[in-house]
Amino acid sequence: MNVLMILIPVSLILGGIGLLAFFWSLRANQYDDPEGDAARILSDRYDDHPAESGDEAKNSSEN
Amino acid sequence: MTDAAVPSGIGCGACAVAGTLPRPDVPPVAADAHRLRRIELSLPSIHCANCIAGVERSLGSSAEVAGARVNLTLKRVSITAADTPGVEERLIALLGARGWEARPLDSAVLEATRTDAEGRALLARIGVAGFALMNVMLLSIAVWSGADASTRDLMHWISAAIALPAVAFAAQPFFANALRALRAGRLDMDVPISTAILLALGVSVTETLQSGENAFFDAALMLTFFLLIGRYLAHLTRAAARSAAAEVAALEVHSARRLLADGTAETVPLDALREGDTLLVAPGQYVPADGTVILGHSELDTSMLTGETMPAGAGPGTVARAGMVNISGPLHIRVEALGEDTVLRQIARLVESAEQSRSRYSNLASRASGWYSHVVNVLAVTALFGWGLIGGDWRVAFNIAAAVLIITCPCALGLAVPAVLTTASGRLFRNGVLLKDGDALERLAQIDTVVFDKTGTLTTGTPVLVAMDALSTETLALAAALAAGSAHPLSRAICTATADLELPPVGISGTTEYPGLGTEAWWNGERVRLGRAAWVDAPQDKTRTTTWLQRGDRPAVPLEFEDQLRPDAPATIARLRDNGLSVEILSGDTAGPVAAMAGRLGIATWTAAVTPEEKVAKLKDLSAAGHKVLMVGDGLNDTAALAAAHVSMSPASAIDASRTASDLIILGGRLRPVVDTWWLARRARRRVLENFALAFAYNIVTVPVAFAGLVTPLIAAIAMSASSVLVSLNAMRLGRTE
Repeated sequence: MNVLMILIPVSLILGGIGLLAFFWSLRANQYDDPEGDAARILSDRYDDHPAESGDEAKNSSEN
Repeated sequence: MTDAAVPSGIGCGACAVAGTLPRPDVPPVAADAHRLRRIELSLPSIHCANCIAGVERSLGSSAEVAGARVNLTLKRVSITAADTPGVEERLIALLGARGWEARPLDSAVLEATRTDAEGRALLARIGVAGFALMNVMLLSIAVWSGADASTRDLMHWISAAIALPAVAFAAQPFFANALRALRAGRLDMDVPISTAILLALGVSVTETLQSGENAFFDAALMLTFFLLIGRYLAHLTRAAARSAAAEVAALEVHSARRLLADGTAETVPLDALREGDTLLVAPGQYVPADGTVILGHSELDTSMLTGETMPAGAGPGTVARAGMVNISGPLHIRVEALGEDTVLRQIARLVESAEQSRSRYSNLASRASGWYSHVVNVLAVTALFGWGLIGGDWRVAFNIAAAVLIITCPCALGLAVPAVLTTASGRLFRNGVLLKDGDALERLAQIDTVVFDKTGTLTTGTPVLVAMDALSTETLALAAALAAGSAHPLSRAICTATADLELPPVGISGTTEYPGLGTEAWWNGERVRLGRAAWVDAPQDKTRTTTWLQRGDRPAVPLEFEDQLRPDAPATIARLRDNGLSVEILSGDTAGPVAAMAGRLGIATWTAAVTPEEKVAKLKDLSAAGHKVLMVGDGLNDTAALAAAHVSMSPASAIDASRTASDLIILGGRLRPVVDTWWLARRARRRVLENFALAFAYNIVTVPVAFAGLVTPLIAAIAMSASSVLVSLNAMRLGRTE
C-alpha cells in the first residue's frame, strides 16, 4: 500500500497540471469563437509560413 | 468576371471565389501613419472556413485595414482600420462586391456584451469541479472495490481534502442564489441543490471522522459538476439572446445630417436635435424627425408609417414625419416637433402600454422548479425524521436524508432544459434567426394564429412593373430609356422589367430629372415625360402605384406597379395553414392592394387601412378570444402590435423600433424561417416535456430505494450520471438536421 503514497500525489499533480493548462486556455481567449476555430484548422494559410506572435490579426499580405 | 457571378446570401458562392482572389498589389499599411479605429460588422451569411479566409483576405487587400479577425460563432468581423471618413461604408461595399452581406454594428453598444466575465467564471468553476470529481472518483473506486479499514479512511480523508475546497469554490453560484432566495422568503431550485451538496459533505465528514463505510464526496462533486454545466448552457443561451438584443440595437446608428449656418452639414445624434434645426435628408434615407419641407422636391414613402405602398409627393410646405423614406430628391426639412408630440413618441407610448398589458410569461422550468423544490424538501425532512424518530439512529437518518437529496438531484431541470434551449437557439442562429428572449421559443410553441403585416413583411417593399402586356413595345422602350438614368425606385423597376426584353434602342436627348415629378426628354422633336399623374395631366384614379408616360400633348399611358411578394411567401403561408394555424393579414394599406394580395395567397381573413391603435385592438380581441398570436411585422405602425402579441418576429429590414419590440429577428430576406422556427419551437417544447417525464420516471424508481436506505455511494453515482446523460442526449437530438 506504500505505493499509494507516491501514486496519489502523482495523479493529483498531473491532474493539477491539466487544470492549470485549462485556466491558461481560458485566459488566452480560446473559448471565444469555438466554431471559427473548428473551421480555421482546415485552412492551409499558415502551413508554410506560421504567423508571428501578435501578428494573428494582420492577415493581409500573407499569400 | 467572377465577382459578377457571385450570388449573395447563404448559398456562399463567395467561397468559390475566395480562393481565386487576385493577389493584392497594395502596399501594406503603415499602422502608425493614421489613427486606427475598431469597426465591427455583422456578417449573417458566413458559415465555413472558406468564408473566414475570404473575408479576412478581402479586407486585408484594402490599404485602410490594419487587421481583421472573423468570429464565426457570432458571425461578426472585427476590423482595425484607419480612422478616415466613410471607411466603414467602403469596407461594407468591398465585402458586398464579393458576395458577403455586411451590416454595420455600433461597437460602443457591443462593447458592453463583449467581455463575458460571467461565462469565464463558470467555465473555471466547471474545470475545478471536473478536476476534483475525477480524482475523488478514482479514490472512491478503490473504496467500492473493497479497500479495508485504514486504507478506506485514508481514501476518505484525501477525498475530503480535495472535495471540501473544490466545492467551496465551484458551488458558490448555487449557495449565493439559495441564500438570496431564502432571504426573500421563497424556495427555488438552488435551495434543494445547496442543501443536497452541504448535507452530503456534512454526512461524509462525520462518517469519515467515525471511520464509517459510506462517504458521498463524489456525489457532492458530481452534483456540482453536472449542474454547473447546466448553468453554463443556460448562461450561453442568455448571453446569445443578450448579444442579439445588443446587435439589434447596434444595427442602426441614430443620427441625422444637420445643416449649419454656413451651408455645410454635420452629422449629429438624434438627441442633439432642436426645434427649428434644418435637416438634410438625402434620397434613400429615413426622415429622422417630424417637420416641414422647406426646400426641394421629392416623394416620400410612408409605408413604414402607414403600410401604404403609393409614395406621396413632397415639396415646400409638405409635412414630413419621422420614419418616412425620402425617395427621389434631396430635401431640407425644418424640425418642428420633438419629444411628446412626434409620431414616433406616440407610437412608443402605444408600445409601452401594450407591453404592460401583456401578461408576464413564466417559463416551464421556473414553474416546474417551484413545486419541485417543495416536494424534494418535504421528502428529505420526512426521511430524516422518519428514520430518526422510528429507527432511533440519527446517524443513519442523516445518511438517508442525504441520499434522498442526492438521488432527487434536479438534473432534468438544471441540465436538460438549458441543453434543449442551447441546442435550439444554436440551430436558429445557423438558420439566420436571432432569438432576443429565451422564453420566446416556448411562447412560439403555443401559437394557433399568425398575423402578417403586408408591406415589407409579405412583400419585399420594392415595386415591380405589372400588366406589361397592355403596353406597346414603343412605350416600353421609351419608358426604359427615360428611366435608365434615374435612381427612383419606380424607374429602377422599369429598368429591371425591361432588361430582358431586347427592346429597340430609342435615341432620346436632353434628359432632365425633376425631383418629385419625373423625367423629361426629347425624342423625334417631341417632348416625352415619365412621371406623376399631376405632372402629365393624367387622371389620378388608379388603386395601384402608377407612373405615366406622355408623348407630346397626347393622353398619358399608365405604367402600373405592384409591391413584389417575397418569393417564398406563398409556400410559407401554405405550410403554416397545412399545420393547422390560421393566418391573417393586418395592413395599413388601402383595401384594393390588400385584397389582391390576400387573394393571391389564399388568405380569407384580412383587414385593411388599420391604424396602429386598431392593430393593437385587433390583437387584443384575438387574445381575448383565447388565441395565442404570432405577429410578423416590420413597420413603425406594427411596433405596438408586435409588443402586444403573444410572440413576435421582424425581418432584419424592419425599422429599428419594430426590431426592438420583436422577440425574434429573421436575417436575410426570406419568410420561410417563420415556419421553420415555429416547427423547431414545437420540437424543443416536446423535448423539454419528455425530459420532465424521464426525470419523473427516474424519481419514481429511485426515491423509494433511497427512502428504504438502500442507496450506497456507488448506486448514487451510477443513478445520477445515468439520468443526467440520458436527459442530455435527449436534448441533443434536437440538433440533428432532418
